[in-house]
Amino acid sequence: MPEPQPWDDAAGGGAISGAGAGGAMDLAMDEGATLEKTPGGPGGTGPAGKPRSLWSDAWRDLRRNPVFIISGLIILFLVVISIWPSLITSLDPLDCDLAKAQEGSQPGHPFGFDGQGCDVYTRTVYGARTSVTVGVCATLGVSLLGGVTGGLAGFFGGTWDALLSRLTDVFFGIPVVLGGLVFLSVVTSSTVWPVIGFIVLLGWPQIARIARGSVITVKQNDYVQAARALGASHSRMLLRHIAPNAIAPVIVVATIALGTYISLEATLSYLGVGLKPPAVSWGIDISAASPYIRNAPHMLLWPAAALAVTVLAFIMLGDAVRDALDPKLR
Amino acid sequence: MRGATQVRWAACAVAVALAATACGGGGGTGGGGADGIVSSSWGDPQNPLEPANTNEVQGGKVLDMVFRGLVRYDPKTGEAKNEIAQKIESTDSQNFTITIKDNWTFSNGEKVTAQSFVDAWNYGAALKNNQKNAYFFQYIDGYDKVHPESGSASAGTLSGLKVVDDTTFTVKLSQKFSLWPDTLGYAAFVPLPKTFYENHDAWLAKPVGNGPYTVESYAKGSSMNLRRWDGYPGTDKAQNGGIDLKVYTDNNTAYTDLTAGNLDLVDDVPASQLKNVEADLGNRYINTPAGIIQTLAFPFYVKAWNTPDAVKVRQGLSMAINRAQITDQIFRKTRTPATDWTSPVLGKDGGYKPGLCGSPCEYDRTAAKKLIEEGGGIPGGQLKISYNADTGSHKEWVDAVCNSINNVMGDNRACVGAPVGTFADFRSQVSTQKLTGAWRAGWQMDYPLIQNFLQPLYYTNASSNDGKWSNEKFDGLVDKANAESDKAQAVTTFQDAEKVLAEQMPVIPLWYQNGSAGYSDRVENVSLNPFSVPVYDQIKVK
Amino acid sequence: MGRYVIRRLLQMIPVFFGTTLLIFLMVNVMGDPVAGLCGDRQCDPATAARLRAEFGLDKPVWQQYLTYMGNVFTGNFGTAFNGQKVTELMATAFPITIRLTVVAIVFEIVIGISLGVVTGLQRGRPVDTGVLVLTLVVISVPTFVTGLLLQLLLGVKWGVISPSVSSEAPLDELILPGLVLASVSLAYVTRLTRTSIAENTRADYVRTAVAKGLPRRRVVVRHLLRNSLIPVITFIGTDVGALMGGAIVTERIFNIHGVGYQLYQGILRQNTQTVVGFVTVLVLVFLAANLIVDLLYAVLDPRIRYA
Repeated sequence: MPEPQPWDDAAGGGAISGAGAGGAMDLAMDEGATLEKTPGGPGGTGPAGKPRSLWSDAWRDLRRNPVFIISGLIILFLVVISIWPSLITSLDPLDCDLAKAQEGSQPGHPFGFDGQGCDVYTRTVYGARTSVTVGVCATLGVSLLGGVTGGLAGFFGGTWDALLSRLTDVFFGIPVVLGGLVFLSVVTSSTVWPVIGFIVLLGWPQIARIARGSVITVKQNDYVQAARALGASHSRMLLRHIAPNAIAPVIVVATIALGTYISLEATLSYLGVGLKPPAVSWGIDISAASPYIRNAPHMLLWPAAALAVTVLAFIMLGDAVRDALDPKLR
Repeated sequence: MRGATQVRWAACAVAVALAATACGGGGGTGGGGADGIVSSSWGDPQNPLEPANTNEVQGGKVLDMVFRGLVRYDPKTGEAKNEIAQKIESTDSQNFTITIKDNWTFSNGEKVTAQSFVDAWNYGAALKNNQKNAYFFQYIDGYDKVHPESGSASAGTLSGLKVVDDTTFTVKLSQKFSLWPDTLGYAAFVPLPKTFYENHDAWLAKPVGNGPYTVESYAKGSSMNLRRWDGYPGTDKAQNGGIDLKVYTDNNTAYTDLTAGNLDLVDDVPASQLKNVEADLGNRYINTPAGIIQTLAFPFYVKAWNTPDAVKVRQGLSMAINRAQITDQIFRKTRTPATDWTSPVLGKDGGYKPGLCGSPCEYDRTAAKKLIEEGGGIPGGQLKISYNADTGSHKEWVDAVCNSINNVMGDNRACVGAPVGTFADFRSQVSTQKLTGAWRAGWQMDYPLIQNFLQPLYYTNASSNDGKWSNEKFDGLVDKANAESDKAQAVTTFQDAEKVLAEQMPVIPLWYQNGSAGYSDRVENVSLNPFSVPVYDQIKVK
Repeated sequence: MGRYVIRRLLQMIPVFFGTTLLIFLMVNVMGDPVAGLCGDRQCDPATAARLRAEFGLDKPVWQQYLTYMGNVFTGNFGTAFNGQKVTELMATAFPITIRLTVVAIVFEIVIGISLGVVTGLQRGRPVDTGVLVLTLVVISVPTFVTGLLLQLLLGVKWGVISPSVSSEAPLDELILPGLVLASVSLAYVTRLTRTSIAENTRADYVRTAVAKGLPRRRVVVRHLLRNSLIPVITFIGTDVGALMGGAIVTERIFNIHGVGYQLYQGILRQNTQTVVGFVTVLVLVFLAANLIVDLLYAVLDPRIRYA
């Protein structure tokens, strides 16, 4: 049992107050009691009496979940071809012969050629590195920054909420095109990091809002009130009780956003401020192929399919992780 | 489907109420025959519609319908022919006497007099009016007083302009310029009615001119309806009842509207649709030369590019570009490979000379590589071609040019595109000498004269000589050509100057741009003039 | 509650100034807009200098900002480069954009939440998989392509709609553009609803409600949905600003002269007056949307209270 701690004013007396000490609190005590008896529940103990953390429980669940295994394999494959694209193609994505522009599939070139006469298959393989790096890193960055900011704003409420939320509002006001032209046009680096940094900078407010809303709801739940009544520390409440229960919407938004960030990279390149030519990415190829959809849909099909599979893998992964964290499913 | 049908009927009801579009098949607007109205795609003009302030084609379209000047360029041949001018005479190529016909009026009844011209030109030249095309008046004596390079104007009117009587005025130029009368067909030189000065805001909201059409209504940012002016005194009366210009923010949408029968004329067919044009429109597609040339320019303010060896590198790069393939595959023949520095619309007599550039403009892989290597390779090891990413989809052809060069060099990074976010930023980098590699350059002629393709671009310190190229021999020949009183002789001398460009390759000519347009089966007799503006007054509604 | 709303309204003031200053500075650091006004040639220096003076660009940035804000408070948002008043631009663009946004949000609410509820209740069934596939298509195929294909199919081939929206942009013409605009957000709304529903189906109050013998419909709508909506409305609240200001692609495909287009043009032409004016209004809309969402929290979940 953790040591009891006094009530913290910031939590109860903020702009968004916790439930009063009315009927809800009574219920909370009941619920807490029920939970004690549920093996593997949050705050519960294993049969052997050894405390099992929720996170290690989740990991055990995950390893047995076929959805997790399949998505993991897809992601592993993407990582491998991102590092060694030459494993599955022997051509150079920058070798282009304009005479073959927009031609369809032919021997040695299964996916055909794009508008510049480059091999679509090779470009799709080589595009993985940039696109997967941008998608994954930007999503992680956005989720961490947005999740933490929003979570804290929702949990503490009051002045903290006002400050953090109004900061999010200011960032929300920046149009992507303007931000891109201002922040990225001064960058001379030809790596993906400025682009990722920029996406994180403009992307975090949305996750922050979602996380804040989610934490505000979860904060009212009986088990949180119970933990609080029992004197749990802030960090313990946040990590053990609130985070696992509030994370679902964040995961959902983040996994879909992963796909949109990959496309956003292309928008930035289209504006002339993204990756410097001759960068190869799915997003760039998708946006280059879009106007020709009537004549040469194959140019769009393959990079778009690669993007779809990647997003699918992460959506499945997100679902699996969410399920593993949900004690009600055990 | 029921829901969809309802939507359709609702849409029709709205459309009928507005009398803008018809529903069902066919489509189009209003009645047919001589009173039929033609609907046409338009873009929002970037500047207020003052004649001397309009420097792009969308505003130019309107001015071309609403105004006539002293001289008009023949829509087919581009030849300058007198319109309002009775005669323009000079004995010394510097002092001109202009006599105008006395039967012209503005559509509000005001007579077009010599004063109408002189006032309009003084307005256009004056610094205080912020007219972006003021430089058109730069050859008139006294321009440096009303429009000094810096500081404020010391005179209100051009001292070179004198009204003699209602139909006569004289012009004194500050230098000899034998072809000057041929420049007068540009919109900046049109006459303006008194109401332009007296009631400026009202005029801008609904311009009044002396052309074959009058403005019936103008909704800024969305549409302009022009109607035939029956009292028009000129010979080129409108063959239709009027033109409805509709603003499209994307030419793709305009093209889709054309294929759906909601629009009669699209004067800029998007490149991505060119493959479908035949299937969609059959022979209702035109693709004719326009007075635009596209080039690659180089920075002569950078030492490495301003050496005799760099001449070889530039010639080698020019030979490494497979122009024919790029114009076929990327532009679908809406560009023609360039073999000189002018434009086919000038015609042989006007100075266009195919093949003037010779072998340096012909694709030759081995010779190209050899020349570049002889010249010590590309300065800096990599050629960066800067372009603006926001308008004009330059990325595709820049990538294609780079791929062509890379294939010749056997190095996939010998040439890369360098996009710049906005046109303003691009132009400011170009004009302040920030770029150290090549950049895309384009020139749309102001008037169909060989002089206009050479002097403003390559003369030492000329207004659009952004690369700061300088060559005494070239300058001397241009000066000589301007002083020639015989037009044919002047053109030959300009061509001699152009040969200097072939030797030095200060910019690499890429291709001549065409104007392209598609039209509906309701209309016929559609054509584009050498400025790639549709000849609206000649369109007939079936 | 009332005090909370007043406090939130007061908090808008610093956000308003912060954002306008930020946007103002950002447009300013983009460089000299006059360079782009003369086409592919250099403006003559004297005219360029006069234009700079006219737009006030020759003054220090702080002075430009103060002048601008002073004008804003007298209702003067300045003039765009083509001589049109920014207030005039806003008066034509905002009503159209608001209609388009409303259509898009109605689609998000009706289709997104319905699909979310159905898939959430039927996890792993064919309908769930089908919606997942649709989601993937919407995410990986650009709006440009879906919009263009729908336009060709419905507008040209079948002729059921007009491919472009007329300049008055009545609601019925905005149905297809609204759907295209909402498509990516639909993916978010559907999956957020699905996850929340799936989580809450196992909650005790649902079991209780079912045990009490309440009709299934009532359980789903009154208990399950109501408690699952918080993340969804949070998302929609954040989406309002994005839909209004960022509909550039949809607006171009259907030739809608709305806020997205004006803002985009303003940014590309570095027209401070247009950009700051439009963003200012967008920020206000956005702040209002966020406040409404926060108040809705308390409506949906009575345990959440505002002091």
